[in-house]
Amino acid sequence: MQGSVKYTYPADGFYGPFGGAFIPELLQPCVEELRSQYLSIMAEPSFLHQFEALLKDYVGRPTPLYYAHRLSKHYQSHIYLKREDLCHTGAHKVNNTIGQILVAQRLGKQRIIAETGAGQHGVATATVCALMGLECIVYMGEKDIVRQAPNVQRMKMLGAEVRPASSGSKTLKDATNEAIRDWINNPSDTHYIIGSVVGPHPYPDMVSRFQSVISQEILWQLKEKTGNENPTRIIACVGGGSNAAGAYFHYLERESVELISVEAGGMGVHSGKTAATSQIGTQGVIHGSMTLLMQTKDGQIVEPHSISAGLDYPGIGPMHAHLIQSKRAKVVAIEDDHAVKAAFLMAKLEGIIPALESSHALAALDELELKPNDINVINLSGRGDKDLNTFMNHTRHE
Amino acid sequence: MNRLQQLFNRKAGNILNIYVTAGYPGLHDTESVVLSLAEAGVDIIELGIPYSDPLADGETIQASSQQALANGMGLSLLFKQVARIRLKSQIPIVLMGYFNQMLQYGIPAFIQHCETSGVDGLIIPDLPIEIYQRDYAHLFGASTLSLSFLITPQTPEARIRKMDEASNGFIYMVSVNATTGTETKVSTEYFERIKGMGLKNPRLIGFGIKDSAGYNQACSYADGAIIGSAFIKFIASEGIGKVKDFVGGIRGLE
Repeated sequence: MQGSVKYTYPADGFYGPFGGAFIPELLQPCVEELRSQYLSIMAEPSFLHQFEALLKDYVGRPTPLYYAHRLSKHYQSHIYLKREDLCHTGAHKVNNTIGQILVAQRLGKQRIIAETGAGQHGVATATVCALMGLECIVYMGEKDIVRQAPNVQRMKMLGAEVRPASSGSKTLKDATNEAIRDWINNPSDTHYIIGSVVGPHPYPDMVSRFQSVISQEILWQLKEKTGNENPTRIIACVGGGSNAAGAYFHYLERESVELISVEAGGMGVHSGKTAATSQIGTQGVIHGSMTLLMQTKDGQIVEPHSISAGLDYPGIGPMHAHLIQSKRAKVVAIEDDHAVKAAFLMAKLEGIIPALESSHALAALDELELKPNDINVINLSGRGDKDLNTFMNHTRHE
Repeated sequence: MNRLQQLFNRKAGNILNIYVTAGYPGLHDTESVVLSLAEAGVDIIELGIPYSDPLADGETIQASSQQALANGMGLSLLFKQVARIRLKSQIPIVLMGYFNQMLQYGIPAFIQHCETSGVDGLIIPDLPIEIYQRDYAHLFGASTLSLSFLITPQTPEARIRKMDEASNGFIYMVSVNATTGTETKVSTEYFERIKGMGLKNPRLIGFGIKDSAGYNQACSYADGAIIGSAFIKFIASEGIGKVKDFVGGIRGLE
């Protein structure tokens, strides 16, 4: 399975120079237990059966691949939207949390911890914990708890405990640190559900595999609609990069398919208020993985900025660092204002309110040279209800 | 032979290693804190390189790191401070820091500046033995620096042997599987088990040791103890003028 592939799977935990497990010895037992078992668990027929059944009946998969007529006309190019926004809980995040909760059960874990920034992964984790009757603790930066109050309420209603991360900058990276510390202190009964393709090996690989259901569906859906499995390009936003990893997965070795990774430019890539990690970041270690990250020359991690909390992360998954550095994926940075405009265009032309994260991918259409016969697949990773306040405040200021 | 190795040759047992975050509580307090500890009879100084995201550390050390960073602490200044300490004291100094900082400084430059300033050893909690051996052993191994690895009650025997083989400093026995400063009951079974392994490196026990009882217990099973959070808490509340009292309280009457 791993033979000659260049991009899809890590070798010894590394995607090229990126990845690995740069973790304290204290964390070794937890990570090693998972590393030594995740592939065999994921290959068990009972696991596959349960995973597929839940994706179908609980999440609502397959999600549609929708031909966006008016948007296509607007851009004079064919645009398909992969509707991950229609997943239960409103984003692709749940594909991964379903997979990981089933792994956690098979590892005999009774307690689940997670980190969250915008709250989407926290909600997706709280949801599957309620579904399986497991204890759920979600770490969230103190600042994010204030910024994302509705998702905090959702998590609480779903029975999760939301613990404020009050260290460092009090945002996603600190919530991740706190979750890792919790895991260190509770190694035997706890599983840590990481929400993106970040963290120590095997997380980037495991999360990619769970999200790969997205590209698996695109293959046959596109064939059904166009007669060809391969689009011209796939466009996805990248914070940590889980939705992009899922949308790219089965196309990674098909090098004729362009992969467009859209980062959050914030107020401008060189403004000092950005989350365009691959462009201003350098190689280093964050959250247990060698990757590209935003840091000072002393190696202190820098706080990013994006209007979208889901892209507001100073690192990027090691797979993406490898795809970008080896030029397999092309990077586009989209600024805050542009993403908001793209969301309004989408709402007016297609009657779909996209998440702010996904709006960055939509805005990238303005930055690409689209030809009339091109087939563009955009991964619409989440719905925008959670962002209504931001959309409204932003337009009021204009 | 560096100062750390000389110490272990000279002294077996009752070794006291005190951790302090460099640049804490004040940016230029490093020197006076280290010199006071040396005068008070501490055997090894573990100087923490403050980091924005210290994964293995509990609240106390995190807070001290944040303050040191806010004070303006960085590696270049740390090397200058160590060089100044060396004009007055030859106490063994071990730097404890997260790998990313060393990577950004440049590993060869980092090693060179450790050597020229007078650092004797390193503890890099997030550089696991496998990655160390695969990618970095040739760089650190060619230096005069002693590298020490952490083991926990869960570390398998084969892995401990691998670390013992790759190390030429001490084995840092984490007393409990928890972040620094956590108060959890220690397992003497674990202390006995490691003692019985006949490792080539001396063993120091750390994490959660806060008083003379903890220090004495560690010394009865290993070559000594490492105290960090308790000392940081002490200087946070008492200032840096009473360092000798803290050390006296730990050592008691040996």
